[in-house]
Amino acid sequence: MEQVAVGKTGKPQVPSSKLRRSNWRELPYHLMILPGFLLVFIYSYIPMAGIMMAFQRYRPAKGILHSPWVGWSNFEYMLNIPGIYQVLWNTVFIALMKIIAGILVPVVVTLLLNEARVRWFQRGIQTIIYFPHFLSWIILSGILIDILSPSTGVINSLLSFFHIKPVFFLGDVKWFPYTMVLTDTWKEFGYGTIVFLAALTGINPALYEAASIDGAGRWKQTLYVTLPGMLPIIILMTVLSLGNVLNAGFDQIFNLYSAQVYPSGDIIDTLVFRIGMQDANYGVATAVGLFKSVVSLIMIGASYLLAYRFAGYKIF
Amino acid sequence: MNRHNSPGRRVFLILNYTFLILLGLACLLPLINVLAISFSSSTAVNAGKVSLWPVEFNLDSYRFVVGKPEFVESFLVSVKRVLVGVPVNMVLTILVAYPLSKERGTFRFRNYYVWYFVITMLFSGGLIPWYMTIRATGILDTFWALILPAAVPIFNVILLLNFFKNIPPEIEEAARIDGSGVWQSLWRIAVPLSAPAIATLTLFCIVTHWNSWFDGLILMNNPAHYPLQTYLQTIIVNRDMSLINVADLTQWAAISDRTSRAAQVFVAMLPVMLVYPFLQKYFSQGIVMGSVKG
Repeated sequence: MEQVAVGKTGKPQVPSSKLRRSNWRELPYHLMILPGFLLVFIYSYIPMAGIMMAFQRYRPAKGILHSPWVGWSNFEYMLNIPGIYQVLWNTVFIALMKIIAGILVPVVVTLLLNEARVRWFQRGIQTIIYFPHFLSWIILSGILIDILSPSTGVINSLLSFFHIKPVFFLGDVKWFPYTMVLTDTWKEFGYGTIVFLAALTGINPALYEAASIDGAGRWKQTLYVTLPGMLPIIILMTVLSLGNVLNAGFDQIFNLYSAQVYPSGDIIDTLVFRIGMQDANYGVATAVGLFKSVVSLIMIGASYLLAYRFAGYKIF
Repeated sequence: MNRHNSPGRRVFLILNYTFLILLGLACLLPLINVLAISFSSSTAVNAGKVSLWPVEFNLDSYRFVVGKPEFVESFLVSVKRVLVGVPVNMVLTILVAYPLSKERGTFRFRNYYVWYFVITMLFSGGLIPWYMTIRATGILDTFWALILPAAVPIFNVILLLNFFKNIPPEIEEAARIDGSGVWQSLWRIAVPLSAPAIATLTLFCIVTHWNSWFDGLILMNNPAHYPLQTYLQTIIVNRDMSLINVADLTQWAAISDRTSRAAQVFVAMLPVMLVYPFLQKYFSQGIVMGSVKG
């Protein structure tokens, strides 16, 4: 293996004494990595081996190594969970809406921020809209449950001021998914503008001058210079977000949902949590989790491949 | 050409500034609302009089919160996890990122190691095997369960790795000729030159540790070991009545659920607000380096 690795770099094959010396020189690198390597092995790779629980009827007394094997029966059980297809649909629906809003809103806000040429104003707004990103969903749940409450919440008293009937944003099956998308967008849109603002700074100012000389006003400049300049990063962000089609946001939904909105708000992650941690049905929970991991892996793999092919993007 | 704004442009600018201000307010007002509720009397809050300014200003809810042993206990757990967890995160991040930033000519196993770490970002065993593994390592219900399983933040490793790569190799080359070893190159050259990136990642780690709640909920059996966010989760989301003792209940009647909850939410938010100015100074750079996480 070492020979191959050396050969691949295109260097001539080195005699073994020299190889041993370079092994020696590289030793500190191995030592540096070792602690992180071991921790990742224990807490990331061993759980991967634990996936075999998906094919077992887990008995706590027997442990993973001696529990009986049951083939695909946990997966069959999974397909027969009442409402499982609805859960899958909820997951994809909420996740896709979040992906779309999570790109569209930041792009529009970036363009608008770009038009606000007063520097301190721009900075000030940025500072404010980035902030919610850094708050946990626990804190935001505390805030949202309060302001969205149908009886005492500020939002509903505002609505009643306009003679709109109070809406139970977190308890109404019809409203719940949209509340999730809206509040998630509220939390993340500001932070999402960072990437696009960075893309703006990469646009050559000469293009604006040229457009201006050709008689393009600010609107035309936005349309024909700014947007095309941002397009590659917009496409890249869209492609990379494909890996999230099954990530509807556990932290958010788990802390805001309740049994009455399961029909539209239950997602794969929350289902796994309830099957696994509350019902202690480890085999089935692992099977459902494995299904999600595999689909996500395929989506991430495809998105990175696309990003690499079309944008030359590499993560490392 | 368009030095003088046309009337249409002027209307647009006014609308644009107005819209952006409204957007800023939309992010700010909910937080101010919580703050106002926490400082108001419960009668005013329950009567729906409080929106953005405290009514019948008082500190009762804060006095209640500070005197509540569960809150103080979990606050200290969170402080402890930040003080221990962040240095652990950072040392491991630096130690892993540095060798991986080397070219394959310098460190032949680089690519194998990179894949070893990246795979864990792409695929995981899922909730149950993760829990069982942590249980098997015997750290369940101990402080270390909050530190060790997430000790190596792989995404941060990749950010720092890319940052290290931008250091001109000539500097280390010169140091090596002067007799400096690999360890010295790391601590004397790579780390000081990457100070802004390391500062950014440190702040990220602080916020991540402070905000984590799920590990506390799953891995701690004894509520006294809960970090602050997990404790808040139980009172905000689950309203777990078993965590409230009788003395509390009588006080609850006086202080009201809403004001005390608002006070706790605000106290939990405070540390993030305190590091935010520093965070904001650095993070754009950090984000741009690795903006592209899914």
